[in-house]
Amino acid sequence: MKISYYPGCTLKTNAKNFENSAIAVARKLGVELIELTRWNCCGTVFSLTDDDLIHNVAPIRNLIRVEEMNNNGLINNDKRLLTLCSMCYNTLKRANLRVKENPDDLEKINDLMYLEENYEGEVEVLHFLELLRDIGFEKVRENVKNPLKGLMIAPYYGCMLLRPKEVGIDDPEGPTIQEELYLELGAEIIDNPYKKVCCGSYQIIQDKYVVSNLAYDILTHAKDAGAEAISLSCPLCAYNLDSIQKEVKEKNPQFVEMPVFYFTQLMAVAFGLDTEVFGFDLNYVDPRPLLNDKNLLGRNNEE
Amino acid sequence: MPRKVIITDKNVNFLKKVEELSGQFITRCDQCGVCSGSCPMISEMDITPSQMMRMVQLGQSEVINTKAMWLCASCFACTVRCPRGLDLSKVAEALRQINLRQAIDHIDIKKLPKDEIERLPQIALVGGMRKFTG
Repeated sequence: MKISYYPGCTLKTNAKNFENSAIAVARKLGVELIELTRWNCCGTVFSLTDDDLIHNVAPIRNLIRVEEMNNNGLINNDKRLLTLCSMCYNTLKRANLRVKENPDDLEKINDLMYLEENYEGEVEVLHFLELLRDIGFEKVRENVKNPLKGLMIAPYYGCMLLRPKEVGIDDPEGPTIQEELYLELGAEIIDNPYKKVCCGSYQIIQDKYVVSNLAYDILTHAKDAGAEAISLSCPLCAYNLDSIQKEVKEKNPQFVEMPVFYFTQLMAVAFGLDTEVFGFDLNYVDPRPLLNDKNLLGRNNEE
Repeated sequence: MPRKVIITDKNVNFLKKVEELSGQFITRCDQCGVCSGSCPMISEMDITPSQMMRMVQLGQSEVINTKAMWLCASCFACTVRCPRGLDLSKVAEALRQINLRQAIDHIDIKKLPKDEIERLPQIALVGGMRKFTG
């Protein structure tokens, strides 16, 4: 199966490990992610003022590209657009919802982009976790060659996958989609209430210590509950929980660093894929010592 | 001690402006405080989200000089929990926009250290600039 895929800016830089591992695990599941042609920045955040239509032009332009992919035969009659980054997911999905619910807004946006084909509102924005749920987590299990036995994972959702309700991929107060996935990978799940507490998001550019205080709470709650690592799907959460551990450690010298995975990295390890797709060199806290401790790295190559 | 609040046309106009930008019926807020209890940023704020709502209800335009709205990370924790169905993220955005649309930026991106900019993911920079600059 081929599906249009929207990477977004950060998946090509800081979160290249997210993209590489996602493409590899998708391929294993028989899904080919076809990168959207001529994609542009989604704007990162959805415009929250009612009179601000212009910031919806960028996300909607990307949705027009999905129609193009279908018309050019790059995709075979599939109007879904797959995202990995939670922020892109949220922004594209909300812009799409706004124009679907408000025909006047759609008309104005189409007028603004008069050089493009009209957007008809037929695209469906999808997060990779939703696609996995649609494919069936049992299909994921069939591909697990290296079960993550004994690995204590705290799933972290953050905001953009869950809120607001109308674009959430799961119950905003009690999400389980990541848990269902990690169970199939053979990991142990550590639940804790901080899994849906904001990491501070773009506040990182205003005051990094506001973010490091939040990160300290989120990480220590997970750790106190028994977690050895956190797993997530947003490159900004990843920065605010992984890279920021440098600042957390500065302020709290007793703090012991904890690895932060993208969910696709865990899948790649569990699928026993080539180590180069893991991209652990881009993780700030190196997860390899933990994985080696659990005898999860390289075991597959020996067999 | 009770405090007397006088509401003039100026106050009413400010409330209307915020309602128009946010698309929220702010007078529906009955000050239950669920938003403040849900806010991950509250410990850093000068006023609570429910106080922010109250000030807007009363049309007290000095609310745009508070720190709270700039600390809102648009996480929508309050939005999904508000029993009155109000979207406080939109109210905070309206207040930020009232400032930003006067061409007053909240942060000066040039002041970010170069190594910090290189270390940050693009989504942090783009998201931050969308929220803190006009």
